[in-house]
Amino acid sequence: MIPFGTGTGLEGGILPLRGGVTFNLMKMDQVVCVNADDFDGTVEPGVTRKTFNNYLRDLGLWFPVDPGADASLCGMAATSASGTNAVRYGTMRENILNLEVVLPDGRIMHTAGKGRRSRKTAAGYNLTNLFVGSEGTLGFITQATLRLYGVPEATVAAVCHFPSVRAAVEATVSILQACIPVARIEFLDEMQMKASIEYSKLQDLSELPTLFLEFNGSEKSLEEQAKAAGEIAVSHGGSEFKWAKEHSERNKLWAARHNALYAARSLAPNCKCIITDVAVPISRLPEIISATKDDIKKSELLATIVGHVGDGNFHACILADPNSTSDMDKMKELANRAAERALSMNGTCTGEHGVGIGKRHHLSKQLGDVTIDVLRSVKKMFDPKDLMNPGKVI
Amino acid sequence: MSLRVLVGCKRVIDFAVKVRVRPDKKGVVTDGVKHSMNPFDEIAVEEAVRLKEKSIAGEIIAVSCGPQQCQETLRTALAMGADRAIHVDIPVKDYEALEPFHVSKILARLAKDEKADIVIVGKQAIDGDCNQTGQMTAAWLDWPQATFASKLEKGDDGTFTIAREVDGGSETIKVKLPAVVTVDLRLNEPRYATLPNIMKAKKKPLAKKTVAELGVDISPRVEILSVEEPPTRKAGEKVETVEDLVKKLKDLGVV
Repeated sequence: MIPFGTGTGLEGGILPLRGGVTFNLMKMDQVVCVNADDFDGTVEPGVTRKTFNNYLRDLGLWFPVDPGADASLCGMAATSASGTNAVRYGTMRENILNLEVVLPDGRIMHTAGKGRRSRKTAAGYNLTNLFVGSEGTLGFITQATLRLYGVPEATVAAVCHFPSVRAAVEATVSILQACIPVARIEFLDEMQMKASIEYSKLQDLSELPTLFLEFNGSEKSLEEQAKAAGEIAVSHGGSEFKWAKEHSERNKLWAARHNALYAARSLAPNCKCIITDVAVPISRLPEIISATKDDIKKSELLATIVGHVGDGNFHACILADPNSTSDMDKMKELANRAAERALSMNGTCTGEHGVGIGKRHHLSKQLGDVTIDVLRSVKKMFDPKDLMNPGKVI
Repeated sequence: MSLRVLVGCKRVIDFAVKVRVRPDKKGVVTDGVKHSMNPFDEIAVEEAVRLKEKSIAGEIIAVSCGPQQCQETLRTALAMGADRAIHVDIPVKDYEALEPFHVSKILARLAKDEKADIVIVGKQAIDGDCNQTGQMTAAWLDWPQATFASKLEKGDDGTFTIAREVDGGSETIKVKLPAVVTVDLRLNEPRYATLPNIMKAKKKPLAKKTVAELGVDISPRVEILSVEEPPTRKAGEKVETVEDLVKKLKDLGVV
């Protein structure tokens, strides 16, 4: 039994490796309730992130987890999705209060208890977060109660170019260490900038290692944040900030960032692409990105690097000609080495895309024998016949 | 030049909702259904707020005609930046038969009473799709009208230069104030109401008026006989070759 939402996942989570039945949940499309004064709302699988934010706009509320795609919110819960706003607002893990789940044996379970929506609780085991990221292997998520936030008074985005990858990433670390509450801080390397400038028709930007930033809050705090971040960037060799104040201008920038994959692919239209998703402790980021870039250079494959540097998470979009076995092998090896490098730095093989099929072999190394064994026992308890999305995650 | 802008905001069923016909076939289901400001009216409010930010407009008055819930729509307008609001209270039973003919009389009366320099409304509402209110309001006031505005620029001589979306492309006209403007999609992208502004909007003035005090007669002029869903779409047919396709089209008499 394989749950299906919007099909926008990146790790093959919806592929029926052993046949079976696909359950398309998109017709369960109600916003069950929104409690504006309590900052919470409950949705069914058919409600996507953009649909929900549209619904909330009159209340001045929003749900900030933004993975780019207009994904099903329950699907985002299943893959523990994240996105460009995680540095300030967290990922799905930090923003789900309760889940209604249908277990493989048909029983309906509410992970925090039926109707419970307190912002914090110490009652019992955290089953809500067990299901977040379970990728359809433990049951069907049929309702998610989400934590909502107020739309901030003012928002402004900025672009800053750097002379090197290292300078951009080190500036990021400094900005975070200065406790500037950036709403978004995203890195694009010079190859990605080249691709995105062309694909998304960005104007007045250069093909250099770049940071896209966003600040929000009151008008006054915006000025302070922007000034402080600007000074730090310049001290690392960064250019003056280029500002985007109008909401349509900001949307254009973030759309370009989210379309990074399509832009990268347009550099070599007939190529296949692997996207890595490693995450490491922030202080190790400059090292891992540089090492990955060197590895890419040695392989002579085309690749771009883009990333949620504020979370220590970055993606390499590596392109290879499907007609060349050696290139395809090189591409897969590059991706594997990126994951192994992250693991050697106390990081994770997947920051936000999930394990799916392609990263199962990294999971045992990442978690260790005891943890994997416990995970297998948990899976067996929920799903003794291995009917829920078999072949994924574990 | 500090203009006073009157903006019309209609409360309609939210565009994302699947509309259902009522069992009595006299209308659509509105109970418990999400409503929001007519998207074209959001564009109108946004344009008014931008005029204020450029110091062209000094005061923005948002108006909505309908039952009590219209006040929610007005609060959104206030949160976006309108200064005050007027709710023309119309009981539910009369609201169903309310049309552009009536609303335009109300807006014209308010434009005079409030000494507005410019009236901005959405080109049409997404429920009625009439595309009449702005035009009729201009007629009642004997003011010039600039409809389907996709660009608005103030001139030095107290006029506005406005680009209009027309079938053949874009037409640019100059209007002297006072005038009525109806806005189209490409004029701007409306801002989201922020939570702090929604809170502040609760303190902005919201006046209630009746059609009696405005001297407007809203007697129904149209009787709705029935409302029906469009016929269910028939299944399509797949063909194997281009020749088959052309033959089928010929059989249907369309080529």
